Amino acid sequence: MDEKLMPIEKGKKAKPEKLKPANEGKKKNVKIKADFERTSWIKRNSIKYLRWNFFFSVIFRFFRFMLLLGGAFVILLPFFTMIAGSFMTHADVVDITVRMIPRYPTLATYSAIIAENNFFPILGMTALISFLAAFFQMAVCCLIGYGLAKFKFRGNGLIMAAVIVSLIIPHEMLRLSMQNHMGGFDLLWDLGLLGAPGILGLVGASPLNLMNTYAPLMMLSLTGLGFKNGLFIFIFRQYFKGVPDELEESAYIDGSGVLRTFFKVILPLSVPMMITVFLLSFSWQWTDEFYARLFFRQVAGQARLLPDIIARIPASIAVQTGTGGEELFHATIRNTTGLMIIIPLVIIYLFFQRKLIQGIERSGITG
Amino acid sequence: MAELVKESVPKTKPKAPQRKRKSKSLEKIKSRSGWLFILPLLIGLIFIYVPILVNSINFSFSSIRHVAAEGVNEVTNVGFRNYVTALGSTEDGNLGFIENHLVSGLRQLAFTIPPVVVFSLFIAVLLNQKMMGRAAFRAIYFVPVIIATGLMDTLAQGNIMVGVAYGDGGSAMAEPTAASAIVGWQVEALFQIMAIGDFMTDFVIEIMGAIFDIINRSGVQILIFLAGLQAIPAEVYESCRMDGATSWETFWKITFPMISPMILVNTVYSIIDFFTASNNTIMGEISRTFYAEGATIATAMGWFYLLVIGLIIMLVMGVMSAFVFYQRRD
Repeated sequence: MDEKLMPIEKGKKAKPEKLKPANEGKKKNVKIKADFERTSWIKRNSIKYLRWNFFFSVIFRFFRFMLLLGGAFVILLPFFTMIAGSFMTHADVVDITVRMIPRYPTLATYSAIIAENNFFPILGMTALISFLAAFFQMAVCCLIGYGLAKFKFRGNGLIMAAVIVSLIIPHEMLRLSMQNHMGGFDLLWDLGLLGAPGILGLVGASPLNLMNTYAPLMMLSLTGLGFKNGLFIFIFRQYFKGVPDELEESAYIDGSGVLRTFFKVILPLSVPMMITVFLLSFSWQWTDEFYARLFFRQVAGQARLLPDIIARIPASIAVQTGTGGEELFHATIRNTTGLMIIIPLVIIYLFFQRKLIQGIERSGITG
Repeated sequence: MAELVKESVPKTKPKAPQRKRKSKSLEKIKSRSGWLFILPLLIGLIFIYVPILVNSINFSFSSIRHVAAEGVNEVTNVGFRNYVTALGSTEDGNLGFIENHLVSGLRQLAFTIPPVVVFSLFIAVLLNQKMMGRAAFRAIYFVPVIIATGLMDTLAQGNIMVGVAYGDGGSAMAEPTAASAIVGWQVEALFQIMAIGDFMTDFVIEIMGAIFDIINRSGVQILIFLAGLQAIPAEVYESCRMDGATSWETFWKITFPMISPMILVNTVYSIIDFFTASNNTIMGEISRTFYAEGATIATAMGWFYLLVIGLIIMLVMGVMSAFVFYQRRD
């Protein structure tokens, strides 16, 4: 108020002087500021920086940075050593003076793995399988998670308990039964142990052998029972619980059905979450060994999926048994194969990591 | 007055059932659609999972003999023999699963889970702060989420077996190097001066030895914690700062209680992850038994193991949920 009044009063008294300040508020400020004696630069900065608070915060930031850097180092170091090892010849591997940078760098390991382990066709197959499985798992887990989060039907808790149990059960335990079930697949109880024939058996058809086909994996993915799908269902359930009910209620009032509400209102909202789950599912499927070994027992020595080829040492670069450092060198080759399997994943991750983190951040996952 | 009371009592009574009836019918409609959404899972459970589980239980009580002439597997019921073989002590010629593997596995669990949860909470809090290079750090710390699965475990196991030691980090997961051994002695000496018990000393040294493992195990946990931290409204922190709370107080009075449900979730997840990881010694033993002593014995072992896991998880959940703070109590 005072400031506003002042120019008017001044304007009344002395007009020629007032030309400048009457123009703009900006200039007014300048004039007022000029009235104060400014603290010197040194004093201002010394107050700001020469205090214990600032000192501690610098120390804190330094240690925080070093700590995070150390952790990052621990995470990345195995990759560095794997990359370094992948370019080494046998002579480099057995030479203890060579640590990270090989003396005789070579690409022989890579070319041997690509040529002899049938790398690229298997890579393509793995990519296809992982993509399909991840897509199905994402879609199905999203549906199931929504169903469990928003509908309070009888048996909801029971189904959720089943999901949790499916997450807890160690896969190893089901190996035999899984083989048995998928080897002679029949709808409904195909267990000879229970003495009841399945539906196919009743019709007179013989049970299907689904081993070494892609059917078991897809069946598991389509029913939300695949690798760690319990976790995805749980994530989706928690996410949808955080979505306010009012959204759906208003859609219902506008005459939209349950399905339409889900596809038109809820799904667009949950795209970040779906991307996150897709990425997790894709990469876990990519490196999963259990199902790869279980369902694709190598037919006539032919590997089908990437994790199968890890244990294979290409014959052309394998050293003879009994040579010094044989085990070590073969471990290096295995690591190189592992690296080649991981590289596509890392590239995908680098492209999508922001999306992944966004999805998790916005998930609003709470207890 | 009396009329008023009379009026007010019946007024409230019919209202409640009316509301109930309305919501019931709506919920009924909704509940039917609920079944529609979980239909895939239901089909999977009925046609695949439950048969497999029943089958698996059956196998754990029977023995399989392959009859080559007929090309069929002969299945005979043997009662609890598989369980006895798997769990009985080695003195009686059994496998001694409990004494040889389960106890050490549980000990390993106790040494792994608390550090993983504490470490991941710590890192999540750090990664949640604004600082230089945060995006890069986040990207690096989530690499294990994508990659540290069975594949890397297999590689690491292979490396340990041959004692691969490129660089010191590589060997940190294999066996303690001279440097880490020296640090271990230092810590031990320090703890002896401070007169802390042997247990604590072992605990800290074992954690130091397993730091590689701990960091690589905590990817998903960091993600979950970060999500939980993001869910805490900024206004709470703002009002805290207005009231003059230090960041230390803010952490213990605001962040910690608000994040406590996530601590429970993460602890349970870590336990599950630890138990079902393929590099777990117990899982390794079950896998070995599968090929060596027989699939049915391994299955029996697995069922017993599952029972133990279930009990431990229930115990942990029961104890921890007493301390968990839920903001919404509805």
